[in-house]
Amino acid sequence: MLDYGLTEEQLMIKELARKVAEEKIKPFSKQWDEEGEFPQEAIKALAQSDLFTLCIPEEYGGMGGGLLDLCIATEEVSRVDGGVAASYAASFLGMFPILLFGTEEQKKKYLPPLASGEKLSAFALTEPEAGSDAGAVTTKAEKEGDFYILNGLKHFITNGGDADIYTVIALTDKSKGPRGISAFIVEKGDSGFSFGKKEDKMGIRASSTRELIFQDCKIPKERLLGGKEGIGFIVTMKTFDQSRPGVAAQAVGIAQGSLELAVEYAHQRVQFGQKISSFQGIQWMLADMATKVEAARSLVYAVARAVDRGAKNIGSYSAQAKLFASDVAMEVATQAVQIFGGYGYMRDYPVEKFMRDAKITQIYEGTNQIQKNIIALNLIKEFGK
Amino acid sequence: MQIVVCIKQVPQTTEVKIDPQTNTLVREGVSSIINPFDMYAIEEAVRLKEKFQAKTTVITMGPPQAEAALREALSLGIDNAVHLCDRAFAGSDTWTTSLVLAKAIEKLSPVDLVICGKQASDGDTAQVGPGIASHLDLPQATYVRKIDTIHLDTNPKIMVVERLLEDGYEILELKLPALITVVKEINEPRLPSLKGKLRAKKEVIPAWTHKDIGLSQEAVGLKGSPTQVVKIFTPPPKKGGKIFEGEPQEAVSGLIKEIEDLL
Repeated sequence: MLDYGLTEEQLMIKELARKVAEEKIKPFSKQWDEEGEFPQEAIKALAQSDLFTLCIPEEYGGMGGGLLDLCIATEEVSRVDGGVAASYAASFLGMFPILLFGTEEQKKKYLPPLASGEKLSAFALTEPEAGSDAGAVTTKAEKEGDFYILNGLKHFITNGGDADIYTVIALTDKSKGPRGISAFIVEKGDSGFSFGKKEDKMGIRASSTRELIFQDCKIPKERLLGGKEGIGFIVTMKTFDQSRPGVAAQAVGIAQGSLELAVEYAHQRVQFGQKISSFQGIQWMLADMATKVEAARSLVYAVARAVDRGAKNIGSYSAQAKLFASDVAMEVATQAVQIFGGYGYMRDYPVEKFMRDAKITQIYEGTNQIQKNIIALNLIKEFGK
Repeated sequence: MQIVVCIKQVPQTTEVKIDPQTNTLVREGVSSIINPFDMYAIEEAVRLKEKFQAKTTVITMGPPQAEAALREALSLGIDNAVHLCDRAFAGSDTWTTSLVLAKAIEKLSPVDLVICGKQASDGDTAQVGPGIASHLDLPQATYVRKIDTIHLDTNPKIMVVERLLEDGYEILELKLPALITVVKEINEPRLPSLKGKLRAKKEVIPAWTHKDIGLSQEAVGLKGSPTQVVKIFTPPPKKGGKIFEGEPQEAVSGLIKEIEDLL
């Protein structure tokens, strides 16, 4: 890896995350993937190593630090298991709205247990008819005295069922369009809040993806995020600005892991009396893969650093990082399978899992087509005269 | 309650190479780690700290680079560290090493419990733990696989442990202060935490010499060691034996004949 001038603390995070990944995740990765099991032990190990404290200010039990720290940790976990990385990063996705828009009371109540890893969180936006079109949510929240009553269905929610704290996007005033959307904090165990179908996924199977069902779910009005109605759309957009570099880091990790597997295999596999790594055809594939991984990492780190320096209007760059890195992950993982040949297609070897895990990074937190819309709209706004 | 954990920094390999000229370990090109068995000792101390609010101290005798092992122990949750670092300690055998560690433990008193790994992965002697107990005249239990109970409110304080045997285990009651050496069945060591690593990085670790623990230069190191390593060598691999083939009766007859010929 190129020297990115990481701080001593960031190098420590990297080393620690790699240790957790290698020792506490890798040995169970195949089992979690096969059984589609939520990696409880991995989450515990990540928590014990303080890796849930990243990005959360010290006054709320975190280590302070910024998005780059989180990207580094996510990448390292993902290098070993993209599924565990999804569970890990999704908790930050649920945490960011509280950190960015929560009232002081909400931050004090919800951030410390998330920093310690004692509780996990999830972000609930997607509905059967509202995915890329985030403004089309139909889950409703109606105010009744000191309470809000939620009704509706969310699906494809990462950490659904396993998280304790949910940031839920719901309509408070349909007539106001995007300004009629609000965000709420719902806790596991709230009356009228239950879980539905658990999805059987192609990849990232060491993460749970589930339906959330709200049936007259009654929550106190203090759970309205930021204490303000109508901020749901901006909460969503600003949250994604923070979280997309994380998805991009997950993609970089998957790409890096695939690359390492491919190089190792190419250097062992003998055909025509020589290691296949001695063939220029293979060498050029590996060289392209390595170059793309480094380019993706450079963009992700640069965007994360910009966020940490407080850069404004980061949306387009966040989208670029996610778009580019996820396309690289898909390409590199596919090429890695190719280098493994027939063995690469078999479940006995770990490389096919990387290819399955890579695919989701092009889809979730906004499909790559949506990322292109964001980038293009920003371009037109800036230069289209 | 104070617990002292004794650890050793060892080369990260099971194939230890010996310099035939100097009869010492070849350390070049091999990274160093905490002796794997000592990781269980550290973990057990941290668990007791969490359960009994015990104060934990880690000690090691070794060259300056062994400080890294102490910092790692701190990052795992141990409170304090002491480094027994002195050129005079070089060449110590197990008797002298255990004497140095025992004197350091004495200086740290009152100490209720000393925990060591069952043996080091390089020397494999398993003598230093019992040696410390002898120097300090402490009750000891080696190969402990479980601490059942600790009673801190009795006089004397009492600890009940399970000691691994070849074909089972025995339950021992020890009066504290005592020393135990632990086996890998006792726990699953945790990984370091970020907060622990940051704290470990900043911690100032005192280095004690022979003077600090009240020993003369003659009592430690090569001079103080009753045993000397005269030669270390890798025994040549055994040559393949002879296989007697055929029906059992035939094979046994062949074997008996062979033995008779040798006699």
